[in-house]
Amino acid sequence: MEIPRHWRLKKQRYALVGEVCPHCDYKIFPPRDVCPNCGDEAKTLYTFSGRGEVFSYTTIYEAPTGFDSMAPYTVALIKLEEGPMVTAQLTDLGDQPVEIGMPVEMVTRKMRNDGDERGVIVYGYKFRRRV
Amino acid sequence: MRPVAILGIGQTQVDEHWEKSLREIGGEAIFAAMNDAGLEKADALYVGNMLSPLVNGQNQLGTFFSDWAGLWHKEAVKVEAACGSGAAAFRAALMAVASGEVEVAIALGVEKMTDKSGRDVTAALATAADADYEVEQGVSFVGLNALIMRRYMYEYGWKHADFAPFSINAHANAVHNPYARLRESITLEQFEKSAMVATPINLLDASPIGDGAAAAVLVPAEKVNALPGRPRVLVTGSASATDTIAVHSRRDPLFLSAAYQSARRAYQMAGVGADEIDVFELHDAFSIMSALSLEACGFAERGQGPRLGLEDQIRVGGRIPVCTRGGLKARGHPVGATGMYQIVEVVQQLRGECGPTQVDGARIGMAQNIGGSGATILTHILAVG
Repeated sequence: MEIPRHWRLKKQRYALVGEVCPHCDYKIFPPRDVCPNCGDEAKTLYTFSGRGEVFSYTTIYEAPTGFDSMAPYTVALIKLEEGPMVTAQLTDLGDQPVEIGMPVEMVTRKMRNDGDERGVIVYGYKFRRRV
Repeated sequence: MRPVAILGIGQTQVDEHWEKSLREIGGEAIFAAMNDAGLEKADALYVGNMLSPLVNGQNQLGTFFSDWAGLWHKEAVKVEAACGSGAAAFRAALMAVASGEVEVAIALGVEKMTDKSGRDVTAALATAADADYEVEQGVSFVGLNALIMRRYMYEYGWKHADFAPFSINAHANAVHNPYARLRESITLEQFEKSAMVATPINLLDASPIGDGAAAAVLVPAEKVNALPGRPRVLVTGSASATDTIAVHSRRDPLFLSAAYQSARRAYQMAGVGADEIDVFELHDAFSIMSALSLEACGFAERGQGPRLGLEDQIRVGGRIPVCTRGGLKARGHPVGATGMYQIVEVVQQLRGECGPTQVDGARIGMAQNIGGSGATILTHILAVG
């Protein structure tokens, strides 16, 4: 059980809240205290549109504990419209193959159960083909 | 800082050592290295390990091993940098001796991975990545490398088979290494047909885990004389560099900037360039990592790493022999121990102890150890001197 951790991340998980650097306007996700572009302090919140495209992807056949019941599943690096990259699962894929450059959008999905069947259900962002 | 020599080396075979505990395999490497050095005591012990709290339920490995090895009352500490832990422990030992603070230091890399199930070990290995933003998405350590490899193939136009020479070379060399886990050669056909782990990475792109330990004894160079048939091996270059912990945070996920930085500094310290390296034990956890390391260290242009394999330049006798004892791919990858295996293997090459995979006249060797998917990278240069 990691309830405080899941609770702490809810803005990021549910709404893709990152930051915008007040000094150079660089968009940052996940949030961090030092802007990776200009090195100044960054703490201004910024909500991302959730739109982006697939930079790379992989289908995972051998999954870590906690995810094995979902395997195989597809994880991608998503290049967000605003600039930064995010690691996320692709969902609602259907029969169409995934391709690099494919436009995607964020959706909220169940990620996994934390612990046994009485554990917290963790929700968060996944991405689907843009509709 | 005073010059430092490697006086002794020791290693256990990488394998599934069901009958041996964490203590026993680590002790075996320490005693072998002390024996090789002709010493009975050391002043300090630096232990490289990644997984012991998660897989063995054991922490405080410094004291755990100083106690086991009879180094009572001595300084001992664990150093952790995921799969880069081995070289990180070696660098800690090196700095201790170079500074004049310690006379005899042991660097040990040790990992006992078969005490938990494969899924649990996969989950434990993923702790090298960003827990909140990578691992939470279900991406495995293999998965992160697969994301890099897919994009690399897309950008530079390589086919999966173009990476085969890295694995084929590693396996061919491991046949002659009694300490290797997979002492069998493989063919291109086997490489192509192997089971998928995380597309496009299949089993024969990926290094196998295992139980293993390797150690070295470091002393001031002035205390060591070259003996007949046993040249003095000096540590001439050592550097460590970091990148972002998460792959998605990198400006360019297809370039190992920490490899570039640490290699550049190690070359500078040793006063050599890439063209003077006789043998290179690189971190081939996955075939894509071989290509990226060769590029970042100046052996190939960006995007051209696979060409070195395809043009037969990475074999013993080629322009830059890599994985001469089997590499991670075939010697095996007991994660926190791997960096010390690489150091031990470069020493073997410089001593001329490698039999059929000996690089003729090897005088300068390099070892590069990677923690995470390129997040911590340590480069060491050893030389006969």
